[in-house]
Amino acid sequence: MIEVENVYFTYPNGVKALKGVSLKIADGEFVAIMGQNGAGKTTLVKHFNGLLKPTKGRVLIDGVDTRQVSVAKLSRKVGFVFQNPDHQLFSETVEDEISFALKNFRFDEKIIRERVDWALNLLDLVQYRKVSPFMLSGGERKRVALASVLAWDPKIIILDEPTLGQDSYQKERLRQFIIQMNQQGKTVIIVTHDIEFVVECEPRVILMANGRIIADGETREILTDPELINRSSLILPEITQVFTNLNDLGFPRNVIGVYEAKRLILERINGRT
Amino acid sequence: MAIIEARDLTYTYPFAEKPAFKNINLRIEKGEFVLLTGPSGCGKTTICRCLNGLIPHFYGGKLEGELTVAGLKTTEHAIYEIAKHVGLVFQNPENQLFALTVEKDVAFGLENLGVPRDEIRRRVDWALKITGIYELRHRAPFELSGGQQQRVAIASVLAMQPEIIVLDEPTSSLDPLSAKNILEVIHQLNRDLGITIILVEHRLDLASRYANRVIVMRDGRIVLDGEPRRIFLQRETKLIGVGIPKVVRLYLSLREDGVNLNKVPLSPEEASQLIAEALMLDRS
Repeated sequence: MIEVENVYFTYPNGVKALKGVSLKIADGEFVAIMGQNGAGKTTLVKHFNGLLKPTKGRVLIDGVDTRQVSVAKLSRKVGFVFQNPDHQLFSETVEDEISFALKNFRFDEKIIRERVDWALNLLDLVQYRKVSPFMLSGGERKRVALASVLAWDPKIIILDEPTLGQDSYQKERLRQFIIQMNQQGKTVIIVTHDIEFVVECEPRVILMANGRIIADGETREILTDPELINRSSLILPEITQVFTNLNDLGFPRNVIGVYEAKRLILERINGRT
Repeated sequence: MAIIEARDLTYTYPFAEKPAFKNINLRIEKGEFVLLTGPSGCGKTTICRCLNGLIPHFYGGKLEGELTVAGLKTTEHAIYEIAKHVGLVFQNPENQLFALTVEKDVAFGLENLGVPRDEIRRRVDWALKITGIYELRHRAPFELSGGQQQRVAIASVLAMQPEIIVLDEPTSSLDPLSAKNILEVIHQLNRDLGITIILVEHRLDLASRYANRVIVMRDGRIVLDGEPRRIFLQRETKLIGVGIPKVVRLYLSLREDGVNLNKVPLSPEEASQLIAEALMLDRS
């Protein structure tokens, strides 16, 4: 369980990034944190593994104040995958990259080998085992960064902009295994701008603007609210835009998925015959 | 005459085992808006690097076949010559901005070419106004938001008055609203100034409405090339890794159930109009 209690955070340069954020995320939840650049999203999630400590207020992970434990210790529980993979990759081969943290956490040799194989398979990276991460494309490097975190099996996984630079096939794979990890009981937190990706995942959505949380609820409720969308530099989901225009014909506005859209249109056509 | 023409173009990066792309044949006419897409690693970015001569002049490697851009064979002309005709905008604007003010950044390319001072002043102001950042001209680029920085990057390229602008995923790190605005700026450059646009994008929902042509690459080859509405009707196996807009999926899904919209929608506005028409027709 993550508990954020009235947290303020000011960077050394004076920028007030968080201005009184309170929030609870229970074990096994799937949450998307959205909002425009500079809203405080990344600053907030960096508090979850202790990379940043509150200027005021406190953050508790399973009841423990993040100021009382080291980042190293918190990391075992909270895995963080950065937006830019180059901020976390440094090893000579993909395999070394993935085993690095496992060695640090002092897993034994056999388990390390198993975990590395498992992660390489999961993220479609087997063919790059012996390749330098820096020879890979941006999208592939992102998957290496993800594999290296998943390998130590943290119970909370934070993904900062995971769909950036991924093609639609990789995004679908990403979606499937996020859902899978979540079903296995892991808490998954994504920070993202990718509205259509969120629509396909339907997590709890937390919307931030100017260092504060401005809305917290179900995907449909938040992402079909034109006023909230405007305040956070997002745009309405494609299908919601279609149905907002069809509102004059008596259709609901809060439609987000392709299949429900089709069902509503077919009902209208068939209902008349 | 085509403004870009590739004949049997094959390129291999230094030390690479296989070519990044192979036997590319391509003709792009002046004034086209081409959307270049395909799964990660298909060779899109490599094509962009060829178009302004970064390949082979900067990257080295082995370029076979022939590429002519704005009448220049890229192997026979230096990057600075080609750059007068082709502007390249990168994914991450931070990679190309460096000056202390927006204005200086936009002027930099022209100063390098030795353009007279008055002419620089005139062109810089013009580029800043078209991209909507004239008010920001005295600010430092690194203080600006991602969307504003990307406008500075586009203005810098625009000031050179190129005939072709190549953009490699210019909106990928931007919030959706900024992304939408940047694509509108690109659309205007194409529509009002007749600049040929080559736009590399994964997400087609915001961009396909502006393109007259979509090229899909896969494993270093062109697998599809045509009008957006026609491309989206191709077999799904050919579109693996292509981000098909939800409105197109809705069109396809309705068609399975016997509801045929008049054409493939390329934007939500178009989709709602076509659905409204279909319902009217049904009523009559």
